[in-house]
Amino acid sequence: MSTTLPETAAVHWRPRMDAGRLVLMGWSWTASTLVQVLPMLALAVILILLDPVTIAVGVIMLVHAWAIPELYANRGAKVVKPKPRAGAAAEQTALGLLGDLVDHRARELHARTGLVMERGTLGVWLVGEAGALLVRRRRVHCWCVRVTDPDLPSSDRIAHLLLALRADEQGFATVANLAFSGARWRVRRRLPKTMRSALDEVAGFSPLL
Amino acid sequence: MARLIRMDNTGHTTLAEWTQADPASVESAVAALRAELDKGYYAVVNHGEGRAEQVVTLPVDAQLVILRRPIAGG
Repeated sequence: MSTTLPETAAVHWRPRMDAGRLVLMGWSWTASTLVQVLPMLALAVILILLDPVTIAVGVIMLVHAWAIPELYANRGAKVVKPKPRAGAAAEQTALGLLGDLVDHRARELHARTGLVMERGTLGVWLVGEAGALLVRRRRVHCWCVRVTDPDLPSSDRIAHLLLALRADEQGFATVANLAFSGARWRVRRRLPKTMRSALDEVAGFSPLL
Repeated sequence: MARLIRMDNTGHTTLAEWTQADPASVESAVAALRAELDKGYYAVVNHGEGRAEQVVTLPVDAQLVILRRPIAGG
């Protein structure tokens, strides 16, 4: 028996993820976004107030300041967007196995949204085919992580991630690449419509929220 | 009857089935597991929400052992 995810050996230079490190990463992400957005915002205000001629440039700067966090959030939301499907028979077989791994409520959520909810010690996870969302209070960490075989049926891809997550949650978060960390509302509106209710549902599940 | 399954392009494939009362079936499952581990698969026993156990030998008392491919950051 092993309690450490073997894949962590491939990223041996990364410190093992824990709750404190997650908080730090979240604040770092926010700080780096502010560093990019605030100067642009300040310049936009100055240009708008400076002269009627510079208003147009100021407005463009304002749009840029708005777009930067939106683009980051979009990158984060993309980690759980559905991928191309395998054959129907394979998808059905894989779905059966995934269904055996989760309870009724998670099965129902997966049928509606394509995401599997899993409560962990770091927060509540929403596992997709090529990534996972970790929800902690009002912040969502978007992780890009996938099985190395791209030809697997979608439910098998989710099952791979789910089993790895269950075997070693901290190791899972260590192996995964952080694509975005920020406000839940910002990620929510960038998700496909069918997936948004999964984020809403998580709010009622975690004591961390 | 316990099963050793591998997640693959077909959904999953049953590689071995065994009962503790049948040593030959256990031996066959052990060999099948070894062969898959050598190919780079990882074996996992699921214990419900939040818990799964990575194994490198066949847990004879488990009902289902699942073989998965490695994962990596995207």
